[in-house]
Amino acid sequence: MSMETTLTREDIVRLTERIEGAQTRAYAIPKLTNEYPAMTIGDGYAVQTELRRRFVAQGHRHVGWKAGLTSKAKMQQMGVNVPSIGFLTDRMARPENSAISTGDLVHPRVECEVAFVTRADLAGPNCTKEDVLDATDYVLPAVEIIDSRFSGFKFDLESVVADNGSSARYVGGGRARDPRDLDLRTLGVVMEKNGEMVAMGASAAVLGHPAEAVAMLVNILTELGETLPAGSFVMSGGITEAIAVKPGDNVIARFQELGSVSMRFVD
Amino acid sequence: MNEKAIELYGDELYAAWLERRTVAPLTEREPDISLEDAYRIALRFVDRRVQAGERIVGKKIGVTSKPVQDFLGVFQPDFGQLTSGMVFEDGATIDLGGLIQPKAEAELAFVLKEDLTGPGITAMDVIRATDYVVPCFEIVDSRITDWKIKIQDTVADNASCGVYVLGNTKGDPRKLDITLAGMVLEKNGELFSTGVGAAVQGSPANAVAWLANTLGELGIPFKAGEVILSGSQSALVPVTGGDALVCHVGGLGSCRVQFSGRSAV
Repeated sequence: MSMETTLTREDIVRLTERIEGAQTRAYAIPKLTNEYPAMTIGDGYAVQTELRRRFVAQGHRHVGWKAGLTSKAKMQQMGVNVPSIGFLTDRMARPENSAISTGDLVHPRVECEVAFVTRADLAGPNCTKEDVLDATDYVLPAVEIIDSRFSGFKFDLESVVADNGSSARYVGGGRARDPRDLDLRTLGVVMEKNGEMVAMGASAAVLGHPAEAVAMLVNILTELGETLPAGSFVMSGGITEAIAVKPGDNVIARFQELGSVSMRFVD
Repeated sequence: MNEKAIELYGDELYAAWLERRTVAPLTEREPDISLEDAYRIALRFVDRRVQAGERIVGKKIGVTSKPVQDFLGVFQPDFGQLTSGMVFEDGATIDLGGLIQPKAEAELAFVLKEDLTGPGITAMDVIRATDYVVPCFEIVDSRITDWKIKIQDTVADNASCGVYVLGNTKGDPRKLDITLAGMVLEKNGELFSTGVGAAVQGSPANAVAWLANTLGELGIPFKAGEVILSGSQSALVPVTGGDALVCHVGGLGSCRVQFSGRSAV
């Protein structure tokens, strides 16, 4: 993947302010490429990096990363052959079993994911699935609440990368497990909304193995001049399709071997 | 439908199976055909196979997922009977020449150690009466032209049974989460689809309990030693000669099958 940039520093700041406004005040904007058709994925990451710098300067703690576009179907749909990544902060975390407000979100959707917590630094290039498993402290079940700030979830990769991979909220919980005690490839997952099963799958849906997605994330970080420090929290990508939620909805994600994670949505 | 018509359609499906050809949907020719008529036709079809020398070795449950039920406009599964000529071992190569328009599905199979006589059977009875579970492939096939099936067509056609392959990693359902066990299906070394036990009626054990109760009502025996294919946990896989499939069930094991030759259609 090329990280070549075409936008001026001025344009990047301008787009970052636009994204930051849409994220903090929860409104939809047109995709950025409408105004900047020549914008590259590198430009998208430049905006995302500037957004992260601003949040950290405001006191948010950068706790880790998320991988997106980790299924073959989604990659083909977006015309790419690598996942996208976004950063995660403490402000996006919500506790298990809590009431999550949708008032500060645009059009939230939920996905089941396997999350990793690392105990050793990871750096690319050429980071492998085995490196990731060696560096993992534990895995846990998680639900990511994604929320594209683009009207009607209509976007291209350049815009979604700038919008921090649609990151919005996340809930970790369930049962922490040592990945060496599990087959991380065949974990079954069921997502229920209001008592009805709405999405199902097994963890191999994420690039064949969730640790493979984390390895690719580490290699993308290398291209951005970053590494993954010990103690990072990483969401490896949606096993199930994203399901829309609204106030009044109860969601529970049930994972083989990892227990469950639940939450409810309110105004 | 009268007994004569039931026999006629059962014999027609048996002949189509024997000669590897298809027939027009029964529902086009008998618009008033009931589900009960369809099961009676299936019993005749299977009777003919048994008369020709096969044995009944188990049952299959079909139409277990919500998308398939919605597609066929029904709210419950269906079932067919497995005969001794349908069985293949793990890793077998299946000659497609023996089939008409096959597709594969990855499932969990149950083997009973006790009879399960409905009505009144619950999922808890199913676990109690299960000797072991194994990953399996069902190769479904249809004697109905272009798979243009309504629920009565597939039921009459013995629930579109083709052949099946049992894996050899046996698991105790007391030691395995059959509801949340993941299903990973690979075709020719590439990921094809993923699923989970819960896709089958909330849990494969619920599907087997439904079967025991349905068989009880119909007076069909459901005996220790029978194999039950509990319902598809994957997308339907089209197969042609040279294809190789593997399915992995989380916490249990795998099943493998290969294909050679060409099917009739």
